[in-house]
Parts: sequence; C-alpha cells; structure tokens
Amino acid sequence: MATTTARQKVGWGTANTIVVVLTLIPVLWIVSLSFKDPASITDPTFFPVKWTWANYSGILTTSSFIRPLINSIGIGLIATLIAVVLASMAAYAVARLAFPGKQVLIGMSLLIAMFPAVALATPMFNIERILGLFNTWPGLIIPYVATGLPLGIYTLSAFFREIPWELEKAAKIDGATPFQAFTRVIAPLAAPGMVTTAILVFLFCWNEFLLAITLTSTTAARTAPAAIGFFSGSSQFAVPTGSISAAAVVITIPIIVFVLFFQRRIVAGLTSGAVKG
Amino acid sequence: MAEIVLDNLTKRFPDGALAVDRISMDIADGEFVILVGPSGCGKSTTLNMIAGLEDITEGELRIGGQVVNQKAPKDRDIAMVFQSYALYPHMTVRENMGFALKLAKTPQNVIDEKVNEAARVLDLTQHLDRKPANLSGGQRQRVAMGRAIVRDPSAFLMDEPLSNLDAKLRVQMRTEVSRIQRRLGTTMVYVTHDQVEALTLGDRIAVMRTGRLQQVGSPKELYERPSNLFVAGFIGSPAMNFLPATLEEGKLRTPLGDLPVSDQLRRALEGEHAGRTVIVGVRPENFEDAALVSADARPNGITFRASIDVLESLGSDVFVYFTKDIEQGVNAAELEELARDSGRADTGGSGDTVVARLDAATGVREGQDAELWVDARSIHVFDPASGRNISLAADGDGRASTATAGGTGMAGGTASGTDLSGGAETGRAAGAAGDTPVT
Repeated sequence: MATTTARQKVGWGTANTIVVVLTLIPVLWIVSLSFKDPASITDPTFFPVKWTWANYSGILTTSSFIRPLINSIGIGLIATLIAVVLASMAAYAVARLAFPGKQVLIGMSLLIAMFPAVALATPMFNIERILGLFNTWPGLIIPYVATGLPLGIYTLSAFFREIPWELEKAAKIDGATPFQAFTRVIAPLAAPGMVTTAILVFLFCWNEFLLAITLTSTTAARTAPAAIGFFSGSSQFAVPTGSISAAAVVITIPIIVFVLFFQRRIVAGLTSGAVKG
Repeated sequence: MAEIVLDNLTKRFPDGALAVDRISMDIADGEFVILVGPSGCGKSTTLNMIAGLEDITEGELRIGGQVVNQKAPKDRDIAMVFQSYALYPHMTVRENMGFALKLAKTPQNVIDEKVNEAARVLDLTQHLDRKPANLSGGQRQRVAMGRAIVRDPSAFLMDEPLSNLDAKLRVQMRTEVSRIQRRLGTTMVYVTHDQVEALTLGDRIAVMRTGRLQQVGSPKELYERPSNLFVAGFIGSPAMNFLPATLEEGKLRTPLGDLPVSDQLRRALEGEHAGRTVIVGVRPENFEDAALVSADARPNGITFRASIDVLESLGSDVFVYFTKDIEQGVNAAELEELARDSGRADTGGSGDTVVARLDAATGVREGQDAELWVDARSIHVFDPASGRNISLAADGDGRASTATAGGTGMAGGTASGTDLSGGAETGRAAGAAGDTPVT
C-alpha cells in the first residue's frame, strides 16, 4: 500500500520521538554540564543556573588536552588512510578474484573483528615495549589499522560487488592495466563506499579507549579519550566533571560535522548510468 | 586493419564445461562477420576469447598474423562494444570516448579532434559534456560505439550491441552499424542471437550451436543451402517447415502428398536411407496459392488441400497456418532443441503446424479449405539422425557443405574441424530416430 494510515503515522512518530529523545538527552546533559560552573555543577537542574566558558577555556589552554587532541586527529587520519587503501585492495580481490586462500582470508578478518580487545591489550603492551613502539604514534596506528581492516574489507567488498563487471572489461579493452582499471574506473565508482568506510574506521579510532590507555604513558601519543581519563580536579578531592564534559563535547563536534558533511555522499547513487536499467 | 584467424579455438571452463569446441575460421581484413546462435551456444565466449577477456584453453588465435593467445586485451588493438554498453558512469561522454586514447598517452589536441569527429558522425556533439546517466538508451548505445570508433582499432568486436534497444531504434541502429562499418572498412565481429540481424548485417555468418560451428557462409548461402537441420531451422523467419517423409516408389511421401525428387537425390536416398524416415524442409515462401501458380510452373511441384487455421495479412504477403496430420515424425534431437532454443515450443507452434507465405492476391480465407501448391524443386531433405542436409550432398560435386567450400570467396573462410555430426550425439539421435514409426 502506498498510503499510510493516520494511525501508522502516529505510531511511527511516537516511536521515533522516543528514540531521538533517549539518544539526545545524555548528549544535551553533557553539553549542559560543560557550561555549569564548578560551584553549581551538582545542582539538580537540567540547564545551568550560571553559564560559564571556564571549563572550555580551562581544557583548551592546557597541553594535557590540546596535545592528545592533536594525537587523536593525527593517529585517526593516518590509520584511516592506511586502512581504507589496504581494505579497498583486499576487498577488490575478495569481490572479484578467485584465488587460493580466499575463504581463509575472509575467515581471518572476521576472526580479528571478533577477538576481544581486552585479551589483546596486555600481550600488545609487552610486544610494543620490546619493539620500542610503546607510547608512539605507530604504536597506536598499527593496531588501529589491524582492527579497522576487517570492517573496511566487509563494507567495501559489498560495494565492489555492486559495480558491473563489464565496466572493468571495458577498461581492459580500452587499454588499461589492471591497476589503471582499478584506480581510474573502479575506485572512483566505489568512492561513496570508501567514504563510508573511512568514516566508520575514523569513528572507531577516534572513540577507542582501551588500547589508547594501555599502549601510551604520556601525552606524546595519548589520544583524547584516554587523556580525559587522566583529568584531575583543582584539588585532589575535586571531581573534574566540568572539564570532562567540556572535553567530551569538544571531541564530539568533529564527528557530527564529519557525518553531516559526508551524509549526502554516503547515500549518493553508486553506478547510475553505467549500464542500461 | 587486420585479419583474425581462429584455429581450433577451444574453451573449457574450470568446472569442465566445454563452451567452445574447436572453432576454426578465417576472418578477412575488413570483413563483417556475424556469430549467431541460440543462447548458450558459445558465441559470446568466442568473442571474449578474441578480445582477450577469456583465456583460450586450446587452439590458436592470430590477429594480423600474430599469435595473441597470451596477449592482454590492451595489446591486441581491438575495440569492443558491450551489450550493457559498460559506459563509465563517473565520466562525461567526452571522457568516456577519449578514455582509451588518454590511457595510450595521446596528446590532448588529438584526442579532442578524434572525439569531436566521432561525435559528429554519431550525432552526439551536443551531448559531449553530459554524463551517461542523463542519456537515453539510444544515445548511450551511440556513446559505446563512439568509444570504439575513436580508437581506430584493427578490429571491432560487438557483443549483442543492439539487444537493449526497442524494436524501432534497433532497426535504425542496425543500419547505422552497417554504415559505420562500411565507412571505416574495419574488420568487425558481431555477436547476436537474432537471425534477422545476422542476415541483414553480415558479409558472412557463422552459425553456432552448443559450442560448435555449424556452418559459415554468406546470408544467401545459409538461407538457400543450409548444411544441416539446425541451420535450416534457425535461419529464416518464419522458420522452415519440417515434415517427415519416406522414399517410396521414387517419390517422397509426405503429409502434403508425394513429392517428386531429382535423380541425384533419389540415388542418395536409396543408398543410405531406403525405407527410413527422413525430414523434408520447406520454406514458407515455397508454398503458393494453387490458383496463382501459372500452368508451366505447376508441374514443378504438387498441389494439396489444407484447412487454413490462421491467416495473417502483412499487406505485401499473407501468412497462412495449417495443420497437417503429422504423427510425431519430426522429432529429431536437433529439431527439438531448436524449438526449445527459439521458444517455439512454448508458443504452442509445435511441429505439426505448417506456415506458408502466399501472394497477397490470394483468395484463401481463414477457416476454409484451400488448395495450395508446393515447389518440389526447393525442398531440403535431412537425415534425422545426424541432421545433415542430404539434398545438398546429392547436389553433386563436393560443393556439398558450404562449411568446407569457403564462404563467400571473399575470405576463403573455412570451417574445417567442425564435426557436424559428433559421435555421442549422433548415437543418441539415431536411437531416437529408430523409434519413430515409419509413416
């Protein structure tokens, strides 16, 4: 049926509203907390009685937050880039080629995705200490790429499968080497898929906490979520709620911008006009 | 410009399926050759092997005298038009057409020049900066053609390029393809399942079935001298009528009546097929309304009465359909397969309906009895077991099979190595034929 009844509309509307409210209240609460001044932070009011920027200016002037923020951005971007490039090549092979060990590769990547990170944290800590990777950018980038790959391979191979096989044949006939066919024809068409994958991988790196706190010891490589965990209050007994809230808001903003900006690209048509139909 | 030689080309897929079985053919420089056959006959696989998109299992492929079995598609200097067009959706028409030249590192001004020229020929100039998604089916088809033309390749390969167009556009583009090929004089190999397209376009047609070459020849040759039952049934629309017959008292006894036969044919039939059922093939146009046949032509055939079931008037001609009581005589294996492939079996037009093309001046009416005449000189007689055309063999002096006689002469094309009556198949067909009651 093309038309929905009024009852259905009301039903869906209510359900949607409940979901949105449930998701947004904690976010708004954090925002509200970040604007409260330390004296009134325990007030049982939703909106701040007294608005202040102190929490923001506090965290944005200390290197214990700025430096981790830079780490987060740098590690996140580099890990995402490497993961997407590697994943797109692997996914292309998975989607297009029949090679020995294909099932093993798919199985392995699934295994990596399912292995509990907690079980890996301690061994990785030791390995990285021995290799001298502990508390460095590569020390975080490498495990992030490894965890991002399965996700990327799965998402991208689905995208590659959607691209008509004949486009590649046409490219070959047109004189392209397999690499040229991939970079000039297939990859541009899979761009929405790559953007989607990149966002997912970046989100993962950005939010990751366990490895970030295990494999770092100073702000040399510590990322923002881990750094927030090390925030201290003005005194030993004060809880730095305001600062934590402000930092949480700061690290949430880039993600929101990122998703809003690429949303159109993600849902854009994939191969319209390639073939008839 | 180059000739293409297929020398015992064979394709066996990893699962063991034999898609193309020892195909040999010479395609001359500048020739327009059509590969035609029902779906699954291996014609597209053959084309893909020529293009280099499929590996060749056995045999040799030479383009311009060079063995190219191991060469990548890009080193074969061929252009291909795909059934789905396979246009690059992220590029404009201009970029699509210039892509191959760009990859070949052609200077930009040369690319522009060639693209503009091709666009002019194909009437695409005003669409050059649009994306394929915004073009109509016919325009996309022309872009696909343009992409092939700009490269100025030594051969064009076309894989059912017109089958996605509507009927009217298809006829229009058919003429266009023909015109472009003549203008460029480039070798072209064209795959289609549509025998009308094959007959109208090609210099030479290669009919394929189940991976084997059945016959190679000019459209006229295939139509007039089909080497076997399959070719006879596949080429021509409406298809040839097949009737069971036996040689009795020097005449072919068919459901239509006793057809006189030439001495040579009689000798051939007496030798091998005495007392056995054979299949007589009659083209619809070899029938005529008896009233319209002149007195001197009449002795060349026989007249018979039939009750007309359906009459279709096309203005210039009249098609009449009538049923002759045919006891499951014509069920040679090939014929059944043909009926299945062409979908004739599904439309209910089973073996026992005969179609005749009559002059528009005929007074025949639907639902009435009519006296019809059939030209006995133009019948074909087939061996039901092997499907071989006996009347061609009887025609004399080794010109029996066009498959070995060398096509139009233009190319000296040979189809040697095509075993028309392959072992196991013949055995099965012969078994089936043995069961058929002699009428």
